[in-house]
Amino acid sequence: MAAPRAPLHLVMPVWNRGTRGIRGLSRAVALEGSQKKGRSLLQFLADRFYDVQALREYLLQKQVLKVHQKNRPFTYIKERFGPHAAGAYFILKQGGAVKFQGKEWIRSDAHGHFSLDFLKFQAVPVEAVNASGCAINYQGLDSLLALKELRSLWLQRCPHVDDWCLGRLHPLANSLQELSLAGCPRISERGLASLHHLQNLRRLDISDLHAVSNPGLTRILVEEMLPSCQVLGADWAQGLPSGPDEQSQDKASPIPA
Amino acid sequence: MLRRALQLGLGRGLLGRRLGTHRGGSTLGKVEGSGGYRGSWVAPVSSYVTFRTRDPAHDGKTVGRLGEGDQNGKMSEIKKKIQSVLPGGAWNPPYDTSYLPPEHSDVVIVGGGVIGLSVAYWLKRLEKPRGAIRVLVVERDHTYSQASTALSVGGIRQQFSVPENIQLSLFSEYLAVVDDPPLDIQFNPSGYLLLASEKGAAVMESNVKVQRQEGAKVCLMSPEQLRNKFPWINTEGVALASYGMEYEGWFDPWCLLQGLRRKVQSMGVLFCHGEVTRFVSSSSHTETTSGEEVTLKRIHEVHVKIDRSLEYQPVECALVINAAGAWSGQIAELAGVGKGPPGTLQGTKLPVERRKRYVYLWHCPQGPGLETPFVVDASGAYFRREGLGNNYLGGCSPTEEEEPDPGNLEVDHDFFQDKVWPPLAQRVPAFETLKVRSAWAGYYDYNTFDQNGVVGPHPLVVNMYFATGFSGHGLQQAPAVGRAVAEMVLDGHFQTINLNPFHFSRFYLGEKVQEHNII
Repeated sequence: MAAPRAPLHLVMPVWNRGTRGIRGLSRAVALEGSQKKGRSLLQFLADRFYDVQALREYLLQKQVLKVHQKNRPFTYIKERFGPHAAGAYFILKQGGAVKFQGKEWIRSDAHGHFSLDFLKFQAVPVEAVNASGCAINYQGLDSLLALKELRSLWLQRCPHVDDWCLGRLHPLANSLQELSLAGCPRISERGLASLHHLQNLRRLDISDLHAVSNPGLTRILVEEMLPSCQVLGADWAQGLPSGPDEQSQDKASPIPA
Repeated sequence: MLRRALQLGLGRGLLGRRLGTHRGGSTLGKVEGSGGYRGSWVAPVSSYVTFRTRDPAHDGKTVGRLGEGDQNGKMSEIKKKIQSVLPGGAWNPPYDTSYLPPEHSDVVIVGGGVIGLSVAYWLKRLEKPRGAIRVLVVERDHTYSQASTALSVGGIRQQFSVPENIQLSLFSEYLAVVDDPPLDIQFNPSGYLLLASEKGAAVMESNVKVQRQEGAKVCLMSPEQLRNKFPWINTEGVALASYGMEYEGWFDPWCLLQGLRRKVQSMGVLFCHGEVTRFVSSSSHTETTSGEEVTLKRIHEVHVKIDRSLEYQPVECALVINAAGAWSGQIAELAGVGKGPPGTLQGTKLPVERRKRYVYLWHCPQGPGLETPFVVDASGAYFRREGLGNNYLGGCSPTEEEEPDPGNLEVDHDFFQDKVWPPLAQRVPAFETLKVRSAWAGYYDYNTFDQNGVVGPHPLVVNMYFATGFSGHGLQQAPAVGRAVAEMVLDGHFQTINLNPFHFSRFYLGEKVQEHNII
């Protein structure tokens, strides 16, 4: 049959892109041309052979299971050390960073190892969580929602955080003051509509949300919805034609004859 | 084996061609090994057929063959060939029949809406081993122009959804198809706000208690709190409000339907564009433990009439699942449900009938903003936000006396003026100035007995399963009901959730599972 050296991207590139985050997105776009040939060969085979189709579905399921495994609840740690320690452990295991009240930021190193000293802080609440780029999903939020005194939550570029997850954030309404959702590929204006529960929110970052259909209008509506909150990102003039500025520029730079 | 087939082909080639020309020579030409044979690599029958039509070197060989062999053997072979070529025979006829459903199917699902597709999905997902069951979905309108799913407002709320282990949120993962973008059903997690007057306040409190026991995150609000939260509400006449905060809202049912169709097709479920016109069944008489005589029926064949044609195909089946929605009463009558003296189990009809409901879309520039939940007023009128442009969808269920005629899907605009607008304008003063943009009507598969679904087999027609009668809530219950019916079919009993209270026999026994809060 055809080229045995064709790149065997056995998993759909969208999933691959998702797990690598927004930087992966730009890389994937550059590779689009070569990837397309490999993907269409595999698609051709999958359309005609049940085994290839089964193999691809199996690999897809494996990826899904991997994300599920990362988001499992740590019930033993929760019972033994309390919800704050369990939440911190969860975030550190995912590769994020945690800040306890009155302590420094704790983060895992390049190999994924981190010290377990924080398990000694029995009743010290977690103040800030930086979960940028982590594979947190709807189930994993259980661990985060137990952190009742969380002040600042950064969920930048999380590939599996979507509208359903935003609908779950209301238990943090009493304490949450800063929320960053920049660059999450699955969040749309429908999820942002459920943020009105977070009445203590003072800073909200909604830049680079590609699934939002109308960023400028969304920003205006979110500002109306949360009057005491400062909304960053999504310039309201985005997408509007610049009008007179553009015309004067054309006159200034004449087309060479 | 292939060589034998080739010899047969060579031997009868000339005769076969003559048969072909009697019916019209072009029919043989239509068989190209495509159509029904796409995707299957082990089909010696197809290669036999294609070989016959495409081999140009026929004539020389067949003349020699005809000369030898005994006449009796030849005649019986010719007779067998003629019999197999006639419709209904074992051999695939040499013209394109890909529009017909298969002649045998283990499960036939009547109705291709969200419930039918959900049952098909779970059957394929829970079957062991892979590919063990052949499932056929018969849908008579592939544009879904009258289907309740497509015309639905799309809300989901915790009051009706059966437990959390079958969450719609997980469905986008379940329905992921390799090589396709992930499914997005456009869910708005904005929640439901139910308002109650003095009369209904006690009922609402007890309802909320039950919901909280099931794990729903619902909060009760007084008129004060309501005014603080949603300043655009006029709380006059409101005694209590229940606000569901998590996992409640609305989504796009068309996205879910198309996603389900795509996934279910990728799993190998067969679709047929046709209408069920007849069930061929057999009866057997038995005695119950108390000595009464009962007649049990078993459906053997389903006659599927092809759309816009008089042609029908009898499909032999083991099970029939009635997921026909607003038309399930008619399908049940075809199967003989309800044919007997009234008051007996044989005479109990399926009490599901079509009821027409209107939905109106209007624009109100000063209306409530992004945080608007799905608001259901104490009077029964409801509305929700649609999109970002200050558009709202809403309607109201008519009382029993004002039920519109379900014969067609024409919209009555006076109904909006008289019954929908006044309560909404009183509740939300900004709605005094609004402009109706469009409206449509759809059917509820209304269960006249207790407005709750019917799930499970019929006690007398032993291989017909019902999954219908949800009276406006089929969409949110579809994943759960699909899984329950699939478990019933594959294991014989419910496993993840117990839907025994929704059995058909409650119509005969008179045990209502009354649902009060339907919109």
